[in-house]
Amino acid sequence: MDTILSLLGAGLLQAFEPLNFAMIFLGCLAGLFIGAMPGLGSVNGVAILLPVTFLVPPTAAIIFLAALYYGAMYGGAVSSITLGIPGSSTAVATVFDGRPMAQSGRADQALMAAAIASFIGGTISVILFTGFAPPLAAFALKFGPQEEFALMLVAFATFIGLGGDDIPKTIFSILIGLVLAAVGFDIISGNPRLIFFDMVEFQRGIEFLVLAIGIYGIGEMIWTLEHTKGAVQMHKVQITLKRVWDNFKQIKEYLPTTAMGSVVGFFVGTLPAAGATPASLMSYGLAKSFSKDGDSFGKGNVAGVAAPEAGNNAASTGSMLPMLTLGIPGSPTTAILLGGMIIWGLRPGPLLFSESPDFVWGLIGSMYVANFVTVALNIALIPVFIRVLAMPFTILAPIIFVLCVVGVFATTDRMFDTWLMLLLGCMGYLMRKLNYPVAPAVLAIVLGPLTERSLRQSLISSQGDPMTFIERPISLVCILIAVALVSYPFVQKMIRKRKEPAEAAE
Amino acid sequence: MKFLKTLTMSAAALAITAPAALAEWQPRKPVEFIIMAGTGGGADQIARLLQGLIQSKGMSPRPFIPINKPGGSGAEALSYMAGKEGDNHTLLVALNSFYTTPIIQEDLAIDITELAPIGRMAMDTFLLWVNSERDDITDLDSYVEKVKEADSAWRVGGTGSGQEDSILTAMMEKEMDYEVTYIPFPGGGTVAKNLVGNQVDSTVNNPAEQMEFWRAGNTKPIVQFNEEREPPYEDVPTAQELGVDIVYYMQRSIAGTKGMDPEAIEWYQNLFHELFQSEEWQNYCETDGLTCDEWLTGDDLAAFHESQMQRHRELIEEVGAESITNK
Amino acid sequence: MSVRTAELLMALAMLLASIGLMADVYFGDLVVGWVPGRGPGSGMWPFWLSLGMALASVWTLWRWYTGVTPESRNNNPYIDPETVFMVGVTVAALFFLLLLSNYIGLYFSMILFLLFYVKGIGRHGWGVTIGVTLGVPIGIYLLFEAALNKYLPRGLPFFENIILYIDDFRYSIMY
Repeated sequence: MDTILSLLGAGLLQAFEPLNFAMIFLGCLAGLFIGAMPGLGSVNGVAILLPVTFLVPPTAAIIFLAALYYGAMYGGAVSSITLGIPGSSTAVATVFDGRPMAQSGRADQALMAAAIASFIGGTISVILFTGFAPPLAAFALKFGPQEEFALMLVAFATFIGLGGDDIPKTIFSILIGLVLAAVGFDIISGNPRLIFFDMVEFQRGIEFLVLAIGIYGIGEMIWTLEHTKGAVQMHKVQITLKRVWDNFKQIKEYLPTTAMGSVVGFFVGTLPAAGATPASLMSYGLAKSFSKDGDSFGKGNVAGVAAPEAGNNAASTGSMLPMLTLGIPGSPTTAILLGGMIIWGLRPGPLLFSESPDFVWGLIGSMYVANFVTVALNIALIPVFIRVLAMPFTILAPIIFVLCVVGVFATTDRMFDTWLMLLLGCMGYLMRKLNYPVAPAVLAIVLGPLTERSLRQSLISSQGDPMTFIERPISLVCILIAVALVSYPFVQKMIRKRKEPAEAAE
Repeated sequence: MKFLKTLTMSAAALAITAPAALAEWQPRKPVEFIIMAGTGGGADQIARLLQGLIQSKGMSPRPFIPINKPGGSGAEALSYMAGKEGDNHTLLVALNSFYTTPIIQEDLAIDITELAPIGRMAMDTFLLWVNSERDDITDLDSYVEKVKEADSAWRVGGTGSGQEDSILTAMMEKEMDYEVTYIPFPGGGTVAKNLVGNQVDSTVNNPAEQMEFWRAGNTKPIVQFNEEREPPYEDVPTAQELGVDIVYYMQRSIAGTKGMDPEAIEWYQNLFHELFQSEEWQNYCETDGLTCDEWLTGDDLAAFHESQMQRHRELIEEVGAESITNK
Repeated sequence: MSVRTAELLMALAMLLASIGLMADVYFGDLVVGWVPGRGPGSGMWPFWLSLGMALASVWTLWRWYTGVTPESRNNNPYIDPETVFMVGVTVAALFFLLLLSNYIGLYFSMILFLLFYVKGIGRHGWGVTIGVTLGVPIGIYLLFEAALNKYLPRGLPFFENIILYIDDFRYSIMY
């Protein structure tokens, strides 16, 4: 323990060196703005700015990129809350309650909650990271396809109740998301699937982002247009110091869910191949399941903003763990960071902690500092973000439309995807008007590929025997958790029903 | 004031460089650097390293922009290149799917030998790996024995049907007369991790993917598929030494579009030759276990592509396309 | 068209789409069944999930027929005429934004789009209009091209060259 503390102390000192601290600040700021742009997420930011980092020493370089990664996680919440467009898949769950809060004039509360929850999530996970990196890495190795599939079942189980009240339409929405996720090349068999109209563009598959921006960007804007006839006035928010303090005090409402989201997010993040998206969804689902007034989720419950934000920030720290100790990325962003480390001549793997302690502890030290910097920057910038909402709709809407187009193009480099975005957005709008819930489809397209792949990998490796999921201990535990989560609402109802007559009798 | 000064200076610079541009071809706009694979893989790393080197050394008046087109094992990238015929600002970072994808996907109308040969940057090698805990496997013979004992329940991890390692696995099945279960994972790093965690029994990985696990004593190589023993694996026999006739490399090269102007081709060839010789590139090759001894360009590279294409066609015919792709 | 009719048509369209997906998988040379010793074939996932979509659509049709869903009892217009106009204009403008970007490039088509929307629909003053129509493309150019090293579509060579001169100027200052 002593050695860990002294190494951490050295790492913190390193993080405060002028160059490194400047890198943290710049990275957080750049990440915040990149994350806040619809379409641009941490993946793009890190990929695009990677070559810039060849100009500074490796430690400073990875500190910059890691800070950018955190900044983008915070920033993603900003566009989710103010515009209702998730900047990246990690911020989808933040829309569910963030958008209703903004529409009812509580955008500043939501932004505050997002910033604080992100800070708590980031800090808890970096503490766990500091203390338990090696045993967690060993645990991650035990995670094969069977465990991955079981984890996906847990993720799906937490979604119970996310859909609308119309059961067949909710089922339809989940299924269409899963089917759209299967478009393109199947990596297991190497065969093309569902290549509509034989268009070569579909071989790449339909990216999550295209569907999310189509539905939440284009669809949501058209929806707003319809409901306000263009003469929109979003609720203006007057920021005063007292209001800021009141917002801050709200923390006690969401502290328990935040803590739970942080821990869940961190563990999910440390598992290779899972990443921050399932983590944020799972912490949202759990927060809703265990909340006293679960029904208020989706209508502007502040805990519904805090939980996913704590989850995704915790997971982004967690996903550094398999990257550093196993050399495999836990998320697309860490995949690029990994490439960067190799280019700088660092070899991520089991020996990195012992061979390059300066680098590792410098990075860990910077994680602590980066969390403070981002939360400060974020709270300071809330008034700026709020101003966006005060813009007249006929100016804000066209700017958002343009940003959606540019954002999608910048991510996939294809005009084809912008057309697909427009088409999916219009379809989403027409279906939403008929009470088809859209969120399940968006979630399903994220988790679909992971689920199908791990299921098939498991069955191939067990020679087609489905008992493999129950025979392996970790996978069995995950499946039991999933079953418990699914049955929880029913059990709860039954208990209530039993209690009620009993109480009435008394 | 300073702004005005730069403005006039840049105008002057434009006036001077304009005739110079006529004398020697130079990129007029950013160069699209098309990658046949997704972000984070080996090809992506190489593209981003080269881009960074070009930028930091000021070797090009316009930046290189890496663009991933991973769809359909590179089919998306190849059809994009086909659509860019005659374009002087598009380059492709090619791997072996450059050969295999047009063979397996017959309806893909592209002849890769028509693309402009810019330069071969490196050759990547393959080794057969097992977990170090397998004390019962010490050499190729004991390996083959164990695989046969497992009776097709032997799990081999790879990066996907139709990828290089699946071809190599199919070649081994044929040469050594056994059958295995091939499990695809996304990316070579994940394959390596699953070997360490005993989720699969053996893998065919590039040195870079297993290097750290090997150094940490988690995995061990059994045999290498090179013509000669390559460092740092001098102790590992080649397949040929053991009487198994399998030699397989992965090339990493740069190609231009069909019908690219000769001046442009020459400019890119010089640029990449300079990069190839740079200290940074050679260092990267060394740490990543790539072979970067010989620079191939122009007609030599075209001949190399031609022979590799022929070889892959034979290989796929020999092992049967259906043993690589499963429905 | 009433909401009632719209729900019927949407459910029918989705039923047909699901059957289309199933046919695409089934006739697309993919195995939709269980492969012994390997688990699900590559067509299993999309095929059976599409079947599920079809069944969910049939269920919706049944609920429509029996009048269980609120939509099936709602005879208000699906999209009222005023909204049809607003939404139609917006979607058409987006359509032209994307279409024109192939010919005159994204920057110029973006300027036309913003001009149309801010001046034509929003009826803002010329000061605001010009500020937005020029400020947004300049901002996007600086963020995406200068800072993030992207190359947005620029259309036919004539229009591409106009932006290339701006690029030349930028590279001469910083690069």
